[in-house]
Amino acid sequence: MRASRKVGIVGWGVYVPKWRIKSEELARGWGRDWNRYAAGIMVEEKSVPGIDEDTFTIAYEASINALKRARIDASKLRAVYVGTESKPYAVKTTATMLIDALGAGGEGRLTTGADYEFACKAGTEAIQSILGLIGSGMIDYGLAVGADTAQGAPGDALEYTASAGGAAYILGPADKSVAVIEASLSHVTDTPDFWRRQHERYPAHTRAFTGEPAYFKHIMTAAKELMALMGTTPEDYDYAIFHQPNGKFPLRVGTRLGFTPDKIKPGLITPYIGNTYSGSALVGLAAVLDQAKPGQKILVVSFGSGAGSDAFHIEVKEGIGEVQELAPKTMDYVSRKEYVDYTTYARYRRMIRMLHDFSAY
Amino acid sequence: MWAYWQSVPAHWRELPARYRLEGGRCKDCGHKTLPEEGVCPVCGSRNIERVALPRRGRVINYSVIWNAPRGYEYYTPYVVALIELEDGTRVFSQLTDVHPEEVKEGMEVEMVIRKTRVSGESGLIAYSYKFRPVLG
Ligand SMILES: [Zn+2]
Repeated sequence: MRASRKVGIVGWGVYVPKWRIKSEELARGWGRDWNRYAAGIMVEEKSVPGIDEDTFTIAYEASINALKRARIDASKLRAVYVGTESKPYAVKTTATMLIDALGAGGEGRLTTGADYEFACKAGTEAIQSILGLIGSGMIDYGLAVGADTAQGAPGDALEYTASAGGAAYILGPADKSVAVIEASLSHVTDTPDFWRRQHERYPAHTRAFTGEPAYFKHIMTAAKELMALMGTTPEDYDYAIFHQPNGKFPLRVGTRLGFTPDKIKPGLITPYIGNTYSGSALVGLAAVLDQAKPGQKILVVSFGSGAGSDAFHIEVKEGIGEVQELAPKTMDYVSRKEYVDYTTYARYRRMIRMLHDFSAY
Repeated sequence: MWAYWQSVPAHWRELPARYRLEGGRCKDCGHKTLPEEGVCPVCGSRNIERVALPRRGRVINYSVIWNAPRGYEYYTPYVVALIELEDGTRVFSQLTDVHPEEVKEGMEVEMVIRKTRVSGESGLIAYSYKFRPVLG
């Protein structure tokens, strides 16, 4: 898909909570030996949201960082979409809080706002929508966020990777951008690899089925179709970012598509902080933009269970160097860390009920 | 399950302060407050305008809360600090992302938004400014 008016990234920002838990500690909590799982998951530690953090607070700080790089006032934003599968409220839009906290749409709050849900690709789906609004000339600036405090059931394999964090992107006209999204493409099917029913605390997944027919098929289809549209090959790209449910899949899908590991590793952040779900590929893209140079080409392909993929062909423009230092970088947040044990983790994630949950005292 | 329900209109009225650190500035003597007050506590003027306060400051004094009021228990032990913002305005705020023993007078802090109070499983989730040690 290509907009009639060219659209690009004006600013980007990330946020990752400071708390970490080591996979070894998660395994210990359930009497397991991490060494048996390490090679299959390739995530040594994951971020844990503080007890006062959630998707809104993560989205807010990532958005503030994106605004610093965009060098525009929040009043110029006319679309604010939050992609997440861990909404603070089941019914009450996270975007309402983000719009008011940022002052989007000016004093009159004249902006559209909504939450998007598509497992791990909700954030890139938000980008697709804003591409259309700006590309058609309806608005000039919009904010897309992918953020989550992902839930993995205690003791389940997902507990090693389900983490917290997010990334925010301010899109605008190409002539105001530091990276232009030349084209995008989406691919969606009914592939039930992962879901969470209403009122359930933790998701269900179909283990081996989450790989080949879900993750690999959708990412490879979207990547190949986008490269066919653009007439490009893997050699044309300087960086490739794929959704990162663990440390292993992105390298494997990239290799199968023909990308060398050195193009994938700069945007591979999950091994250090776990899978931030809606933030996953977008945090990876932010890490690449933090260091990208004018003229470089980037391929981004997200994946959301259920299932689908969004693919983007991005070209870095002059001027990116001026904005890279205007806000904390991805690796600043990755290296700001303090470890917690399983008990603190369980308390921060509200996995254990406390006296005040059921008592008047 | 018994849970404390806070006043929704009271929370809603304070959103400019809680989300955007918007306080009041006395147009007669220049004194600033957070949240905005109808009457200037220094000169008694009612000539108050709304202004956005700086998001950075330093800890003047603090206290560790072990026994919290209803709705705040989940966050104990937490630190409540008197903070002097870069423009000299003094505000009371919770600190976050910091252990009580790490807090020092003079510590540089910056504003973030965090959950402050959650009314049980069905009530409002109240967010507000908190301050944390500056990044890096
Ligand atoms: Zn006064």
